[in-house]
Amino acid sequence: MLEALAQVFLPNNILLMLAGIVGGLIAGALPGFSATMAVALIVPFTFTMNPTSGLITLGAIYMAAIYGGSFSAILINTPGTPSSIGTTFDGYPMAKKGKGWEAIITATVSSVIGGLFGVLVLLFLAPALAKVAVRFGPPEYFWAAIFGLTIIASLASKSLLKGIIGGLFGLVLGMIGIDPVGGDVRFTFGIPQLQSGVALIVALIGFFCIPEVLTMIKEGVKAYDTVGYQKQKGAFLATTREIFRMPGNLLRSSVIGTIIGIIPGAGGNIANLVAYNETVRASKHPEKFGTGIIDGVVATETSNNATVGGGLVPLLTLGIPGTPVDAIIYGALLLQGINPGPELFTTRANITYAFILSLFVATILMMPIGLYMGKMLHGIVSKISLRYLAPSILFLAILGSYAIRNSVFDVAVMLTVGLAGYAVKELGFHPGPITLGLILGPMAEEGLLQAMLMGKALPQPWTIFFNRPFSQVLIALSLISILWPLITKIVKRSSGKEEVYEKY
Amino acid sequence: MTYRKSFLIFSGILVLLLTLFSTQTLAAFPDKPVNYLLAFDPGGESDITARLQQKALEDVLGVKVIISYKTGGGGASGWSELVRSKPDGYTIAGHNLPHIILQPLQRGNAGYQTEQLQNIYFFESTPNILAVRKDSPFKTVKDLVEYARKNPEAVTIGGSGSFTANHLGTLEFQKITGTKLTYIPFSGSGTALPALLGSNVTALMTYTTMGASYKDQVRILAVAAEKRSPALPDVPTFKELGYDYVEGAYRGVAAPPGTPPEVIKALEKAFDKVMHNPQVIKKMNELAFDIEYIGAEESRKLVEQRTKYYKEMLEELGLVKK
Repeated sequence: MLEALAQVFLPNNILLMLAGIVGGLIAGALPGFSATMAVALIVPFTFTMNPTSGLITLGAIYMAAIYGGSFSAILINTPGTPSSIGTTFDGYPMAKKGKGWEAIITATVSSVIGGLFGVLVLLFLAPALAKVAVRFGPPEYFWAAIFGLTIIASLASKSLLKGIIGGLFGLVLGMIGIDPVGGDVRFTFGIPQLQSGVALIVALIGFFCIPEVLTMIKEGVKAYDTVGYQKQKGAFLATTREIFRMPGNLLRSSVIGTIIGIIPGAGGNIANLVAYNETVRASKHPEKFGTGIIDGVVATETSNNATVGGGLVPLLTLGIPGTPVDAIIYGALLLQGINPGPELFTTRANITYAFILSLFVATILMMPIGLYMGKMLHGIVSKISLRYLAPSILFLAILGSYAIRNSVFDVAVMLTVGLAGYAVKELGFHPGPITLGLILGPMAEEGLLQAMLMGKALPQPWTIFFNRPFSQVLIALSLISILWPLITKIVKRSSGKEEVYEKY
Repeated sequence: MTYRKSFLIFSGILVLLLTLFSTQTLAAFPDKPVNYLLAFDPGGESDITARLQQKALEDVLGVKVIISYKTGGGGASGWSELVRSKPDGYTIAGHNLPHIILQPLQRGNAGYQTEQLQNIYFFESTPNILAVRKDSPFKTVKDLVEYARKNPEAVTIGGSGSFTANHLGTLEFQKITGTKLTYIPFSGSGTALPALLGSNVTALMTYTTMGASYKDQVRILAVAAEKRSPALPDVPTFKELGYDYVEGAYRGVAAPPGTPPEVIKALEKAFDKVMHNPQVIKKMNELAFDIEYIGAEESRKLVEQRTKYYKEMLEELGLVKK
């Protein structure tokens, strides 16, 4: 352990870590450049390093990119990575109210707390939790997706009907391409490029970014109030104090992020939305969410950074990647001649512990670097004239959607989605439920069909969905989630606080 | 020296230089970076192989090799991009068997046709293996087959994707053994593995590379190759056990249609050299890839022969789209 710690503090490793943090932050903040891409781009450079330095670099990039996504979510209403979708819900309204700097501080502090929590779990509980990861089979993925879809109720703050329509639209978008189980081509309208489907990031840029830019241009003023922005002295301390006044939120979001990270295939993109939803549900003032309160930003940014440590749990113990980024780290490990899996904690323990400890250090170092960069970006976005800001954002949107798969077709998809997004926004739809449908639709479908095939081994095939303990827990959670408004009503009525509730 | 004489000498030198220069440019493919396109995500088998080759390939070709990705549609996006690229040898792409045969057969319009891909080289193969959990009651292929005969559809086989070597291999194995199995496709070899470890499937039809990486956690019953895999010397082949079952995936590189034959030749030679590089061989062995040395002409024949085979198989199953 001490030897591993000494490795982390070698000057060249610290330098690589700092470079990784800066690179990760930039990639994360640019819409379209996700954590997955940032890590994939750097992998070839790590081949020339020793395994420890290579992993330290990748880990720092990963952690920082997940956090960096909050910058663009807060400043231009576009999630920099899919892990920051929920950060737009309250972060951007905060910026609109002239509290962008506070939102960035909130995102920073929360990311660091969530990140540290995940890494601690990885360090102490990894082998025990790895067993949970493999218990998650197709029926559980199906029910988890169903549970996820129940979140629509809290994402669609104004109209539940519009939320459900939006969610269904997202599900349909997710069907374009190749059927995940049957392998058939569907809804491509004869266009071969559509075989690869609508990429989530392309849709995110389209739905979040383009409508915002169009609104800016239409109204001729910057969407948020720079006049009202006053730089307050001591904002950092005041905001941090406010964050620590919600230990429940921090703990809940950290746990949610870590668990979703551990489940193979699910990452920050799902975790941040689930954490947001649970925070709304636990809150004493759920009606204030979406208007720009720090609770929402705390939830999403804590949970997404907690997925980093969580996702590494199955990777380092079993060789099973927990999140898409971990799949790339898996490849990098193989190329370094390391077999991800049990030997990482035995013969290769030095490398593994150095990697885990370096994540810890990188998460802490992320705070000063992130605050500095966040301040700079905030300054630029709030001072620059609309005449330059709108085209710059549009340029970034095009660049980002092209970069994902080096595809001009994706740019066309992004612009189409963007125009559609603008139209539905004017009609009062929120992009949240649509993207949720797009993320969870394929997961639900794959789980459903695979589980039905699994069920063939049983006398009654459909019982596979109900006779497994993890499935039962998820079913219970889904039911609670759907019936929640009813439950609160009953609880309030019995405690005689009905009048208060009726206002909402 | 008269003006005339010097003019003659000068033009002579000029002609000489020009010929030298022009033959050099002709012989000097490549003189700018080569773009090596991959149709699958970073971190997967194709990516790992390309990364292993990159340095050696740069040394052989004398130019930079840039690896880029165009993923989606089970590889189809990348390959339809390739067939639309300039056929000058500066854009090549990794391509896989049986994907490039099965997609156009089964999808109708996959954005490319199998014959459009100009094969340069197939450099590795990963035969199918049948693997079960360490604690599984099935100790041999025979155990599993006998159980499956008595319990049709009750044995679930996880594998990577539909219309892949894993999928068709399972179908073929059923036919040979007269069993009815339930094949469950996962989004990749990597996602199928947790399903086995978590007891969600009875067995996996996966690749030798997966077997080697996870050999502490799974029991490999047999490998579907003509010879035993160098990476798994203790595992018998299906043929040894009396099942005539050989199936697996091949990986190689291809160029766009219309690429000049001499350019294909140059690239073929380069890849041949790369695959004989001891460093590359060592790494490939560590990762359990079976190295192949299948040049352009042989590759074409292999694709032709496999196309015929898969076509018959899909027709039998009624899965060919016109």
